[in-house]
Amino acid sequence: MLGEQIIRGMAVTARNFFGSYVSKNRLTTVQYPEERLTPKENTRQFPFLVYDGDDWEKGLRCVACQICEKECPPKCIYIIKSKDKKPDYKGQPQFYPAAFDVDISVCMSCQICVEVCPFDSIKMNTEFELSADDRFGGLLLTKDKLAMSNEQYHRIHPTEATAVDEHLAEEKSKAEAKARAAAEARAKVAAAPPVVTSSEVVKVV
Amino acid sequence: MFKTLDQFFVVLKHQVVGFVPAAGQPLVSALISVSVIPLVFATLFAFITVFERKGIGRIQNRYGPNRVGIPLTKIRLCGFGQFIPDGIKSLTKEDIVPRAADKVVHFLAPVVMLIPVLLAYTVLPFGRNMTVTDFDAGVLFFFAVGGAVELSVFMAGWSSHNKYSMLGAMRAIAQMISYEIPLILSAVTVIMIVGSLKLNDIVASQNGYTHGLAHWFVFTPWGLAGFILFFIASLAESNRTPFDLPEAESEIIAGYFTEYSGFKFALFFLGEYLGMFAIIGLGITLFLGGWTAPFSFLTWVPSYLWFFAKLIALVFTFIWIRATLPRLRMDQLMNFAWKFMLPLSLVNIVTVGLWHFMDPGPLRWLACSALIFGTYAILGRGLMNHQKLAKRIYRFAD
Repeated sequence: MLGEQIIRGMAVTARNFFGSYVSKNRLTTVQYPEERLTPKENTRQFPFLVYDGDDWEKGLRCVACQICEKECPPKCIYIIKSKDKKPDYKGQPQFYPAAFDVDISVCMSCQICVEVCPFDSIKMNTEFELSADDRFGGLLLTKDKLAMSNEQYHRIHPTEATAVDEHLAEEKSKAEAKARAAAEARAKVAAAPPVVTSSEVVKVV
Repeated sequence: MFKTLDQFFVVLKHQVVGFVPAAGQPLVSALISVSVIPLVFATLFAFITVFERKGIGRIQNRYGPNRVGIPLTKIRLCGFGQFIPDGIKSLTKEDIVPRAADKVVHFLAPVVMLIPVLLAYTVLPFGRNMTVTDFDAGVLFFFAVGGAVELSVFMAGWSSHNKYSMLGAMRAIAQMISYEIPLILSAVTVIMIVGSLKLNDIVASQNGYTHGLAHWFVFTPWGLAGFILFFIASLAESNRTPFDLPEAESEIIAGYFTEYSGFKFALFFLGEYLGMFAIIGLGITLFLGGWTAPFSFLTWVPSYLWFFAKLIALVFTFIWIRATLPRLRMDQLMNFAWKFMLPLSLVNIVTVGLWHFMDPGPLRWLACSALIFGTYAILGRGLMNHQKLAKRIYRFAD
């Protein structure tokens, strides 16, 4: 019969209309500023710099190696290397960034800077409410705005941050073991004079 | 008490006119009546735009606009303040006229659209004693000015000098002329029974009750068929889905008003909605008893409230249909008009004659219903048999 399917279709839309007032699960919309979804762990927006300890200037992991600056496809990172050095987490003297700027109006969130960083110092943030009233200054993040504590990093990317911490601890212990071995060797060298070789020669003979 | 409430606006107007010297009274009376119509219906238009967006949102399981309420407060009014920013936006937008456009006609088209639509309101009875001018040939006047809308649509399409506008205007002309015939033929049935073209006479002949139920024409077999035909044709006349081919957004980018922006676009939008309200108002007057109450125990409700309640109910049905049905193809549109609507409305006229000459009783009901339903079934089968549902063969693309 002509019109039968039209009435059936109208019934479907009417059911949806009244159903949306009755059951809340029909409405999938999240009313954003008031209610918000918990961000997914693997979300990424724009990079930030990790620092250890309480003082962001002292604890910044970045050593200004400028690999990220060179790898960045849209060239949104700008680094000025420091003239002096300061000790890193391993106690090794390293350069540090005198300036580290990320222009997030240029950044395309590709995460290549994160992948190339050998020091685990640049990571991706989950913060997305970055609108500013100044489109030049407001969207150019300097290193004080980029710096974020390791604790906060743990909060936004727990799995990744734990893996990074383990890796850094391993590196540190390896470096310490190496340093200890070197120190022991040096001590041994200092303790035993080169006579040993002559005695060995005697033995061989 | 209820009588004063019912006649409140009429009495108020008489009071205001009473302050004016006798020589100026007809002019002031006319001015008041005329200025009220755009005011009331423009407000209704503002309300309906939000209502439509919210209704379609709910049908699609969304919230729809629910943010804007009273400015500078936290009161949201369920988003019914949305029309204020919408209006400000369309007023402040740049008014672009294409370089190739015929500038005078391009400017005139939205104005020409609005004038006949507003003229059509002058004959509609909005309530008891609430008609601006009670013409003897009210129905004829309504259709005559309604026919002028096609002119403005073609003016817009032609003057824009754009292929999409032109296609939209051609489609609009083809569609409006095709559907005007069943629209008028379905209205003819009522005129045959009432014997008058005066809209107040039509309402008066429906203003009676048997066993508490009103004598609306929609409660007769020919009236129901006529109302459904009128309703479908008015959907097409007001370019609403599924007959929105003239302004198909996905095919020809809003059709004849592609090249319109800013306030001219808003005028087209307003004209379209006012046209829709006017034609619904005529449908209410012809078939749904105008401002009369459906049951005799509800006659105490003011008459104008009944008119606007019916209007909003029918507009909601329009919105409901818009959210349900996809757009027709041009050949389907024409087939439907000429092979289904036109024969059925002609048979409906024959049925009215039968109804008029047969004695009242169940036999009359049965004969008229059988005639209409039989025709409907046969015509429907004819339309369905012409469907060729097969895999599409691309002749040129392969």
